[in-house]
Amino acid sequence: MSAETQAATARAAQFRRRLWALAGVLLLGMALSLFLGRYPGPYFTPPAVLRDNALARTVVLNLRLPRILAAVLLGATLAAAGTTFQLIFRNPLVDAGFLGVSQGAAFGASLGIVLLGGSAAVVQGGAAVFAFLGLAASYLMAQRLRLGDWVLRLVMAGIGVSAFYSAGTGIIKYLADPLKQLPDITFWLLGGLWAITWQDVLHILPVVLPALAVIFLMRWRLNLLSLRDATAFSLGALPGRERLVMLIVSVAATAAVVSKAGQIGWVGLIVPHIARRTLGADAQAAVPGGMLLGGLFVLLCDDLARTVLSGEIPLGILTSLIGAVVFFSLLLSNKLELKR
Amino acid sequence: MMREDSRREDSRREDARRDTSRAAISLHDLSFRYAPDAPDVVQDITLDLPSGAVTAILGPNGSGKTTLLHMILGLLTPRRGRISLNGESHSHRRTSHILGLVPQEEPPAFNLNVLETVLLGRAPYLSLLQRPSERDYATAFRALETVGITALWDRPVPALSGGERQLVILARALTQEPDILLLDEPTSHLDVGNARHILSLMRDLRAQGQTVIFTTHDPNAAATTADHVVLMRQGRVLQAGFVIETLTAAHLSATYDVPIDVLQDRQGRLLIAVY
Repeated sequence: MSAETQAATARAAQFRRRLWALAGVLLLGMALSLFLGRYPGPYFTPPAVLRDNALARTVVLNLRLPRILAAVLLGATLAAAGTTFQLIFRNPLVDAGFLGVSQGAAFGASLGIVLLGGSAAVVQGGAAVFAFLGLAASYLMAQRLRLGDWVLRLVMAGIGVSAFYSAGTGIIKYLADPLKQLPDITFWLLGGLWAITWQDVLHILPVVLPALAVIFLMRWRLNLLSLRDATAFSLGALPGRERLVMLIVSVAATAAVVSKAGQIGWVGLIVPHIARRTLGADAQAAVPGGMLLGGLFVLLCDDLARTVLSGEIPLGILTSLIGAVVFFSLLLSNKLELKR
Repeated sequence: MMREDSRREDSRREDARRDTSRAAISLHDLSFRYAPDAPDVVQDITLDLPSGAVTAILGPNGSGKTTLLHMILGLLTPRRGRISLNGESHSHRRTSHILGLVPQEEPPAFNLNVLETVLLGRAPYLSLLQRPSERDYATAFRALETVGITALWDRPVPALSGGERQLVILARALTQEPDILLLDEPTSHLDVGNARHILSLMRDLRAQGQTVIFTTHDPNAAATTADHVVLMRQGRVLQAGFVIETLTAAHLSATYDVPIDVLQDRQGRLLIAVY
């Protein structure tokens, strides 16, 4: 074995260790988060209280635990879907929402709130259905456009479909009852996990877990799908078909979590960047690293959202705020590599 | 030095004669158009590309060279005609074991390093969910050694020079362990030094029995490197055959539509001059 082969093997082992360490940090963070909250006292819940106070136990097991799991799933899903989108579009500035998916979910949720009674199931179902319709419309439109390559056509179609949806959402907001329905829409659009129950977690698991599993298992292949069509094809891939499968898988998982959590900005955009910069651009590292970092990031934001003030801070505000700070600090750091 | 060149020139022609019996790629009555109402960009091409030789597909920009290459790869479906590799037609997967492509230009989208890029050449041998094994790493390192860039293995590809990047892509194609190496304009964006390096690597690979086919618009690249040459113009093959017989002033002038002279030095090397 040559020196270079040994060095390459050592490098791979080092990446694996980093991923395991990150997984450890995430588990630790989840465990600690159980003791953060506003009941019975603000900020920290001492473990002794759980022994004595039955209500505190219920709060931790039936409210905090599903919420912590949901936060991690939400972050991991948005980051995994974002990484997948960035790879298959060869573009670091996209996430799983941009093909009409985010705006579609917003439209569907608003529609559910205003015209269909506003029950949780209707709002979530509406968000999921219209998110998918957004993808389908973008995809079909892109096939009819006659300019640029496949990626450019999809991007243009996504922009157009998103504009249609946001106009529709605007109309619904205009029609909404300003005292009862409009606040619901606004709160949904800001996003948050305050209403998450075990049932919600169980609802999204059958979609989210298989989707995350597919993305994780396909992680090396995603490198191949980030090459140009002719190259990927010459290496035995069917780039069009394989990319479509990955698109659908990513959007399904995104639609599932967004239907429960509302609009959570920036996670799908910024976490893949951080994962690539800290763990390497190889999707073998960036995909699992992104899942773990995304889970950690949303967990942290949600801990702040439910702990800092006596009222809930909408999660979407925190992810955008912290995401933007991280984004600028990345851009301003002089270690920034101009190549993605 | 000169004598050695001369000897190499002789043996090159000798080898070329010996190997013409087997066709690596056979094209039969091939035509292609990009849209039903568009004109044919490749027209009625019937051609055998020999095994164990270097073949240059030479022609001006827009003569259909890349389209032809993409049809051979299976990326484009011909409107009419047949293509066979080693005498048969193959599944897509099998084709990716036979043909390795060095595409015309490939700007890296992400910051993959050299080894990670080259390892992608193992994809034809791995299933959807499989990842490269230690044996695949060994194959990748062998390819890096063949093109002489082992020391660059952990450098990010976007940080490399154009010449180095082309070597990385060549190493990736070699990692595919293909019977036939296809290179699409391998030297068109390289300086003369880097271009010569790539071309001489192609000769070295051919000396080890590799079939090499490349497109180029530079007649001198064909003259220095190829055993066989195919002259293309406006989607048709004008001439095909041994370099020494095919690269004549008349043929080249007709191909490029400008006056071209072919000079020959004492070693029999061709020099193509455009006036």
